[in-house]
Amino acid sequence: MEHIRTPKVENVRLVDGISSKKAALGTLYLTATHVIFVENAPDTRKETWILHSQISTIEKQATTATGCPLLVRCKNFQLLQLVIPQERDCHDVYISLLRLARPVKYEELYCFSFNPKLDREEREQGWMLIDLSEEYKRMGLPNNYWQLSDVNRDYRVCDSYPTQLYVPKSATAPIIVGSSKFRSRRRFPALSYYYKDNHVSICRSSQPLSGFSARCLEDEQMLQAIRKASPGSDFIYVVDTRPKLNAMANRAAGKGYENEDNYSNIKFQFIGIENIHVMRNSLQKMLEVCELKSPSMSDFLWGLENSGWLRHIKAIMDAGIFIAKAVSEEGASVLVHCSDGWDRTAQVCSVASLLLDPHYRTLKGFMVLIEKDWISFGHKFNHRYGNLDGDPREISPVIDQFIECVWQLMEQFPCAFEFNERFLIHIQHHIYSCQFGNFLCNSQKERQELKIQERTYSLWAHLWKNRGDYLNPLFRDDSSQTQGTLRLPTPPCNFMYKFWSGMYNRFEKGLQPRQSVTDYLMAVKEETQQLEEELEALEERLERIQKVQLNRTQVKSKQSEPSKHSGFSTSDNSTANTPQDYSGNMKSFPSRSPSQGDEDSALILTQDNLKSSDPDLSANSDQESGVEDLSCRSPSGGECAPGEDSGKDRDSDEAVFLTA
Amino acid sequence: MEFAELIKTPRVDNVVLHRPFFPAVEGTLCLTGHHLILSSRQDNTEELWLLHSNIDAIDKRFVGPLGTIIIKCKDFRIIQLDIPGMEECLNIASSIEALSTLDSITLMYPFFYRPMFEVIEDGWHSFLPEQEFELYSSATSEWRLSYVNKEFAVCPSYPPIVIVPNAIDDEALRKVATFRHGGRFPVLSYYHKKNGMVIMRSGQPLTGTNGRRCREDEKLVNATLRAGKRGYIIDTRPLNSAQQARARGGGFEQEAHYPQWRRIHKSIERYHILQESLIKLVEACNDQTHNMDRWLSRLEASNWLTHIKEILTTACLAAQCLDREGASILIHGTEGTDSTLQVTSLAQIILEPRSRTIQGFEALIEREWLQAGHPFQQRCAQSAYCNSKQKWESPVFLLFLDCVWQILRQFPCSFEFNENLLIMLFEHAYASQFGTFLGNNESERCKLKLQQKTMSLWSWVNRPSELSKFTNPLFEANNLVIWPSVAPQSLQLWEGIFLRWNRSSKYLDEAYEEMVNIIEYNKELQAKVNILRRQLAELETEDGMQESP
Repeated sequence: MEHIRTPKVENVRLVDGISSKKAALGTLYLTATHVIFVENAPDTRKETWILHSQISTIEKQATTATGCPLLVRCKNFQLLQLVIPQERDCHDVYISLLRLARPVKYEELYCFSFNPKLDREEREQGWMLIDLSEEYKRMGLPNNYWQLSDVNRDYRVCDSYPTQLYVPKSATAPIIVGSSKFRSRRRFPALSYYYKDNHVSICRSSQPLSGFSARCLEDEQMLQAIRKASPGSDFIYVVDTRPKLNAMANRAAGKGYENEDNYSNIKFQFIGIENIHVMRNSLQKMLEVCELKSPSMSDFLWGLENSGWLRHIKAIMDAGIFIAKAVSEEGASVLVHCSDGWDRTAQVCSVASLLLDPHYRTLKGFMVLIEKDWISFGHKFNHRYGNLDGDPREISPVIDQFIECVWQLMEQFPCAFEFNERFLIHIQHHIYSCQFGNFLCNSQKERQELKIQERTYSLWAHLWKNRGDYLNPLFRDDSSQTQGTLRLPTPPCNFMYKFWSGMYNRFEKGLQPRQSVTDYLMAVKEETQQLEEELEALEERLERIQKVQLNRTQVKSKQSEPSKHSGFSTSDNSTANTPQDYSGNMKSFPSRSPSQGDEDSALILTQDNLKSSDPDLSANSDQESGVEDLSCRSPSGGECAPGEDSGKDRDSDEAVFLTA
Repeated sequence: MEFAELIKTPRVDNVVLHRPFFPAVEGTLCLTGHHLILSSRQDNTEELWLLHSNIDAIDKRFVGPLGTIIIKCKDFRIIQLDIPGMEECLNIASSIEALSTLDSITLMYPFFYRPMFEVIEDGWHSFLPEQEFELYSSATSEWRLSYVNKEFAVCPSYPPIVIVPNAIDDEALRKVATFRHGGRFPVLSYYHKKNGMVIMRSGQPLTGTNGRRCREDEKLVNATLRAGKRGYIIDTRPLNSAQQARARGGGFEQEAHYPQWRRIHKSIERYHILQESLIKLVEACNDQTHNMDRWLSRLEASNWLTHIKEILTTACLAAQCLDREGASILIHGTEGTDSTLQVTSLAQIILEPRSRTIQGFEALIEREWLQAGHPFQQRCAQSAYCNSKQKWESPVFLLFLDCVWQILRQFPCSFEFNENLLIMLFEHAYASQFGTFLGNNESERCKLKLQQKTMSLWSWVNRPSELSKFTNPLFEANNLVIWPSVAPQSLQLWEGIFLRWNRSSKYLDEAYEEMVNIIEYNKELQAKVNILRRQLAELETEDGMQESP
């Protein structure tokens, strides 16, 4: 590829992660899609693969005695330092990566070359897994009040909206078109979620172009139509998710918010969620805290607070909770907007839907939710997540925040979700990876023009195929948490929002709990299933033998293996068995023990990355549960000969003591 | 009993009780010598039985003739009683105040409590030092039991039996005792079977400003070292505090006199600093009006998690010296009754699989806290709501339990017990019907004749019906050393203790139940399958026998 100045550099040192002190020596390769580092250590040849699209920033650091360091920060929160011996090579790699990490054409993205070896039919079926028209049917639409409108056929009215939209029956085409002209980017009010139980809706739009005094009859009629579509309620809420000050400032630009005097029967409400720029800076600040080397508790908590991140998460949750309450308890419909109605509006609508409808808390339902509120309604994935080179001021962790909201809810309601934390982490990864076509482009229209479905594969099919990895063992259809609305305490407590170490420090394995309850329970459930099958088979056989004995016939039957309950080890004993640096900066403490250090935390991204198309397989390796003997498991995947590997990786106590 | 004098109004009708997560209930309030009882007349289940000794502070408020008493408990719960009639209210309040601050230990409830359960094993004899020593004696002959403190004359805060190096006789121990704070000469805390290295603990050496030394002390600690090996002394105080201690007759081991030892200073806080930290933390947890940022800064300002991090780090360092450096260690602070015990006991949790079992953990508490002379009576006299700034209260034990919880959270499958055991121990350390946590040391407990006059907490806990509540269904024996992370990202607020009364745990409890169900069902199937297999096997051998002749 023309952008690669040096495809291969030898004697490069890789420092993986923040807490890692040890560097691995190896060879660096640049390919069209990945940065690959292969360790020299002959017995492992451990590989680290980084997708170009995951690279967030590359920083050249001051040259040291060992070489020129490049600091690579990834969008999935991985942090790597490459120390390249020659300044010239370093510069070449740096320039190449700068270009490779910022493709200018969609065709450069990984999904156009990624081939999971599926035939055409399989690919097409994959794209059909999530079907929004089915979803609206599930909501109970169309009905007497709501209909499918073709007003946006061929994206005639609004190019960032989907073509298939539900609107109130009484909203005629002229009303919709009129209303769209009075809304930013013509994003007129359309249905996001229909709450069958109370016959009320959550609609979404962009801000009205009201300025200081402008009105639009059709827009007023449009809101009226939404209210009439839920006959049980005599008003609708209009929720502006921006801080009031921002909304007021927009009036000067001819935009703004609804005047309660002009719209009959609306209740207007601001919910102050900050804009994408504030959110981008907030994440930046929080990641700086995550990158601190051995921070004190105060450094960490102060940094976390100063980043404001959890405050923003709470603001989004508060908005979602407000809407869910309005819909389920007050029986009132809600129209949600922000400025353009594609960031905060998407966050808030999807949080509210998730709280209201247990379906969205299932694996498939969650895919549908993202498909509906984010992909179809024109969330600008390309701009927000910087898939193609563009304005850095457009980048913002909007969907990351939504995903975190889901995690925060999972922490509060451990039985409510069919999926587990890993599912969320993998979705986050693939929003940035560009390995699948789902999140490409800024709108449905662009995706259609690019023929995404014909040229790329769908992430949903991939996740669905591997759904066994993503199940929450505590989920039960009939549990109280899986029924109806999730009710959070009022007022929502601040302390319920916690730092999500599993996401933002996910490549720092040493910081994570060393044993996973989820994986343990999954292994138990799997064994339970096998036992159920065996039980059935045994009962059958017993019955048969008894019958046969009764008939005095003789039957020989093979003896079954004696039961061996080998336990479910979910701990990564290699990490569990390696002390961290507890001596802090104390110089007097000798750390010459050969076993000491975080060598295990280097076993993070291996080449599972590409091979299995699953970036996180390696991240799971230490949570991987099974009934097998631990000693033959290697966290670095199947690359190395198991015989040699077991002794080396385990960092066993015995071995250490003998060498010490 | 004199209690009657303190109870001016034993009974008030139409009292309304408000408490977390329950609807208000009206009933009759009764005061007894040790309990505050509220029973609703309609339904006997709606009852409050509160030990007076669990009451940390009370507030009174009056609106017209209606009085309100707000009771703040040592377990951080806050309950409110609305009492009609000002006089009744005042009487009740003053009675509660008097009854919850009884001076004499022998008036405390454990001396009056008559258990309603059958004692299977008397907890007072569950963890005898001789038995504990037997666990080691098979592995080593370098240590012996010493009865030098039989009459508590050598060290008032030590138990009658201690484990010391075989090479050191009782005479030498007496001399060493005069050189160590509170007579606390170095004794064995933990023997690491894997490499024969040990953790010892003691009080600070009384070197004073003129660098006093004690040859017997040097001989004692050196007796634990193998030829050519070095050991570590972990002083839980920062260097300057240790230096300042010399002016008050204390001090630290001089390099010159302990050349085989390397000294490491850490800074674990003590006394009122910890108490204030607890007060601030509980205040922050109870205040639900502040916004997100205020919450984090108040959590930070309490410094609670900073203390947790420091204690855990020191314990990990001690464990690392022992297990990875293969070195013996001596741990002390000033008295050797607080931070020292936090470190020695947590190091054992990390190193020793047995201390992660229920029995082993109880034995650890017995050995490293009760026998080792942690002054429970003083430290746990008051909790987070006490206003009077007394010198001796300090949540040292609670911090230890919190650290155990942090490790448990990181290794959820490596402990035989669950969070409930830790919460229960916290409650009983502060207010209990059992005698276990009364007194400040073995000598006091002996004088109080607790073994004869009160029931041991362990007698109650170690019955199958109780044990099941404290058993971790995820437990799979893990014989390895477990190294926790002490990074701030890995340490969390212990919600089960500090948010217990501020947020409903309904959904978390459901999750726990579901987890138990999953595992129970698995075991049930396992058992069924095994029975069927056996049946089949029997049938088939019968078959075989019929066939063979």
